Amino acid sequence: MHFTLMFFESTEDFAARKDPEKQQEYLAGWSHYVHALRDSGVVVTGFGLHAPDTAATLRRNDGTIFVQDGPFTETKEQLGGLFVIDVPDLDAALEWAARAPVNAVEVRQNLPAM
Amino acid sequence: MDTYRTIENTVRDSYGRILSYLAANWRDLEAVEDALADALVTALESWPKKGIPDKPEAWLLMVAKRRLMDRLRRERVSEKAYSALIAMSEEAEHMDSAAFPDDRLKMLFLCSHPEIDPSIHTPLMLQLVLGIDASRIASAFVVKPSTMGQRLTRAKAKIRSDRLTFTMPDVEELPQRLDAVLDAIYAAYGSGWDDLAGVDSRRRGLVDEAIYLGRLLAAYMPDEPETQGLLALMLHCEARQRARRDDAGRYIPLSEQDTSRWSAPLITEAENCLHKAARSGRIGRFQLMAAIQSVHAQRARTGRTEWKEIALLYEGLSQLSPTLGILVGRAAAVAEAYGPKEGLALLEAIPQANRDSYQPYWALSAHLLRLTENLEEARTAYSRAIGLCEDRSVKQFLHQRAIEIC
Repeated sequence: MHFTLMFFESTEDFAARKDPEKQQEYLAGWSHYVHALRDSGVVVTGFGLHAPDTAATLRRNDGTIFVQDGPFTETKEQLGGLFVIDVPDLDAALEWAARAPVNAVEVRQNLPAM
Repeated sequence: MDTYRTIENTVRDSYGRILSYLAANWRDLEAVEDALADALVTALESWPKKGIPDKPEAWLLMVAKRRLMDRLRRERVSEKAYSALIAMSEEAEHMDSAAFPDDRLKMLFLCSHPEIDPSIHTPLMLQLVLGIDASRIASAFVVKPSTMGQRLTRAKAKIRSDRLTFTMPDVEELPQRLDAVLDAIYAAYGSGWDDLAGVDSRRRGLVDEAIYLGRLLAAYMPDEPETQGLLALMLHCEARQRARRDDAGRYIPLSEQDTSRWSAPLITEAENCLHKAARSGRIGRFQLMAAIQSVHAQRARTGRTEWKEIALLYEGLSQLSPTLGILVGRAAAVAEAYGPKEGLALLEAIPQANRDSYQPYWALSAHLLRLTENLEEARTAYSRAIGLCEDRSVKQFLHQRAIEIC
């Protein structure tokens, strides 16, 4: 079964990506996790996303398109990246979510490919 | 505030007693649970206003029984069940809390019945004996709460439909059935073993509940040595709880723990349990695991760890119960006693499929590879151990170790 793990990162996490003092530790956390995922053979695909302040959000209102700078919602934690993994069940997907170097992970099963 | 605390304490001690007693007579577990939940809500409304009754447990039992009676009248169930309940409620009119039978031991056996999927034994026990709600159990087991709720409901429906009975297993069945009870309680504790080399111990906030169940079981069956063994094991691990992290919250492996932070009373209690167990002359896996922790505990007095003794105990344990955790623990002990190469050889003998995503395997592997100067392989193993780790402070600890060999 394919599940998507969505990793939500805090403002501090996004800041750490660029902070010379924290960058290494931040990246190390991810690289260990990504290697463990890959070496266990569960990865279908996965990638990180640039910080939410680089986002553009498009909304359609009564047929008119509005484009704004920034993410869809202004919440404290923002989507920082995702992984699609192939595991037997939701329990196993949650187990992988628990190992991630972030404080919030949303886990959902994927619909079959179209 | 005090009223709420009293209610909380009463609930903890009475929940399983009342539920077990009612359920032993009235098979529909869910109906009994609903009735008891109603009684607790009533208590929360009434006690802060009217004061706590003299016999809070008997009070709760009465209210729960009335709810069941109401339900019976509504659903017009069989005469037989009805008359059993009538008899019970008459008894309860003049019963103090010590007088109604404690059926919780039967409940422990029912929860770990061989007809019920073993993976739900522990959650069922936590819910039916301690009244813990499904969402908290789900968090402790890292499972989706609605999924956990469904599994619990299904198990209870099975108890009803298969007419699994509230009786003690007979003598022939007992050893096997007791094993299942012990396993379920130990699973609630989490695999809190050894804290060696940066091992993720997966303790998830049900420790007190597990020890409570362990004490209950040991009190019910004091002459079954494994009940004492399990309790001794949990108490020994618990005694080191304050030493596992320093004041800054950093993880400290067992061999580096400050023994003055270990709890002497808990160690003494654990040792007493082990002595009681030893009188039976029947050894078992929980006694052996507890004996290993007992050797570790001696460091508080002697200042050193008798690794050869520990390795020997693991040898016996791996004969009795060669689980992945025990095989890795044995490799750690042998490495300490006879050198890292011996430990690595034992690790390599573990079948590959099992160890792939088992964090303690990689943490120990990294540690031993570092000691044997296989630095490149050690780095890879550290990375794997960190990636598989759930605990922030253990991740940090392993990260530190990995940096040291860069």
